[in-house]
Amino acid sequence: MKDAIAVSNLNVSYYGKEVLHNINFSIEQGKLTGIIGPNGAGKSTLLKSLLNLIGKDKGDIMLLGSNLKGVRKRIAYVPQRSTIDWDFPITVKDTVLIGTYPAIGLMKRPSRKEKAWAMQCLEKVNMAEYQDRQIGELSGGQQQRVFLARALAQKADLFLLDEPFVGIDVTSEEMIVKILKELRDEGKTIIVVHHDLKKAEEYFDELLLLNRELIAAGSVKEVYTPGIIAKAYGSQLSFLNEVMAK
Amino acid sequence: MMRFIEAIQFYEFLQKALITSVMVGIISGVIGCFIILRGMALMGDAISHAVLPGVAVSYMLGINFFIGAVVTGILTAIGIGYISQNSRVKNDSSIGIMFTSAFALGIILITMLKSSSDLYHILFGNVLAVRPSDMWMTLLIGVIVLGSVFLFYKELLVSSFDPIMAQAYGLPNKLIHYFLMTLLTLVTVASLQTVGIILVVAMLITPASTAYLLTDRLSIMIFLSAFFGMISAVVGLYLSFTYNLASGATIVLVATALFIATFIFSPKQGVFWRTIRANKQKSAVS
Repeated sequence: MKDAIAVSNLNVSYYGKEVLHNINFSIEQGKLTGIIGPNGAGKSTLLKSLLNLIGKDKGDIMLLGSNLKGVRKRIAYVPQRSTIDWDFPITVKDTVLIGTYPAIGLMKRPSRKEKAWAMQCLEKVNMAEYQDRQIGELSGGQQQRVFLARALAQKADLFLLDEPFVGIDVTSEEMIVKILKELRDEGKTIIVVHHDLKKAEEYFDELLLLNRELIAAGSVKEVYTPGIIAKAYGSQLSFLNEVMAK
Repeated sequence: MMRFIEAIQFYEFLQKALITSVMVGIISGVIGCFIILRGMALMGDAISHAVLPGVAVSYMLGINFFIGAVVTGILTAIGIGYISQNSRVKNDSSIGIMFTSAFALGIILITMLKSSSDLYHILFGNVLAVRPSDMWMTLLIGVIVLGSVFLFYKELLVSSFDPIMAQAYGLPNKLIHYFLMTLLTLVTVASLQTVGIILVVAMLITPASTAYLLTDRLSIMIFLSAFFGMISAVVGLYLSFTYNLASGATIVLVATALFIATFIFSPKQGVFWRTIRANKQKSAVS
């Protein structure tokens, strides 16, 4: 299997303050991977630096066997829900349609074909009946499903999701996980930033355990052990015991 | 009313005033939508003020004042970005520092070069003194602004709504920002004659905000905003002509009246219907 992501010697800092130190890992194509770690571990930063949304100090990143430039349009990124202006005058349908923009190119408009495809993606997340709603009128879980539909509309090979399960209902969470697993079964690569240890074992094939440095990377079986998790979470052990004892 | 229509047919200066104000109403309404959705209302105010030294310098060098205006407008936008990104000074403060400095410099330059009545006209507009060249310039700016928004609608939409996604798929957000700032300076210069530097921000923000309260679609918002800008210009000019009021200020107050009416009566967002719906709900459960 080819590597979907290969990162070597990645160092990232904000205004001289180091956030990620010497990160090395690779992820095979067709895997569903969770990036987990405590608050402030640099999980979202890692995701963003893969896309060069944050500049790196050092290191090499290969995505889908190329540098970022060649494969940008084959990557779908779902931002944290809190970064979106939910009062923006846009409907559910048009939000999903944005997913087709990267492929359309400059100065052109989405055609009937793109609109039909966006509707199909919306149906996949079971949100078709809300197509004409303004996005702020939806619940958190519905909003996240719409953004997943937008990512689906990009027909990407690599999906990066930043904290998709924060503040959403159980039904939406289950549906999103189901769709992510289907994507994986189609051979897509999916990376999910997930701050909650609960369910990590159930959701992902592989885990990257992060706390400024890469603590561990590998299959869930290898990484999801009390000893290794404790290394990342350190001071938050009481919480950890609770999770591991379940 | 008849007298106004007759006067328009009769006086060429009034025709030019009307055409120019309508054009300014439309383009500031269109650009204004992006300004308010990007949370840049204050930035719009800043850039419009920062145009002043550019106008003065162009006059000094004998070049078209659009060139100077765009240069100082963009320099100010860059300065604001630089200060807020490279210090703990917040964005609104750095806007305040930069635009007042540019504006102060502009006042000094203008009063050195021209009379204070010229300064007055630049600051507050003098729509009845629109020259043919001004009118053509405004039309040209209108074509540029409307054409740009039409061609790059998709990119403006996504970079305003979700800049992170825009950047992730390779759109140059910074370039789009400065492109929008350039369009903003062009709109400001176009509106020097009609509403003047001080009040141009009203034409950018008020019609767009009115439209924002009425629709959940950006494309409709742009049309509504342009429409409200145009109506404000025509009605404002009419009232200004009939009752001999300052034209820029009258246009702005008409835009405000439209906003207040919408703020109260907008079907979805208006406070009037909201209160009625809230009371209905309360009495339904009690």
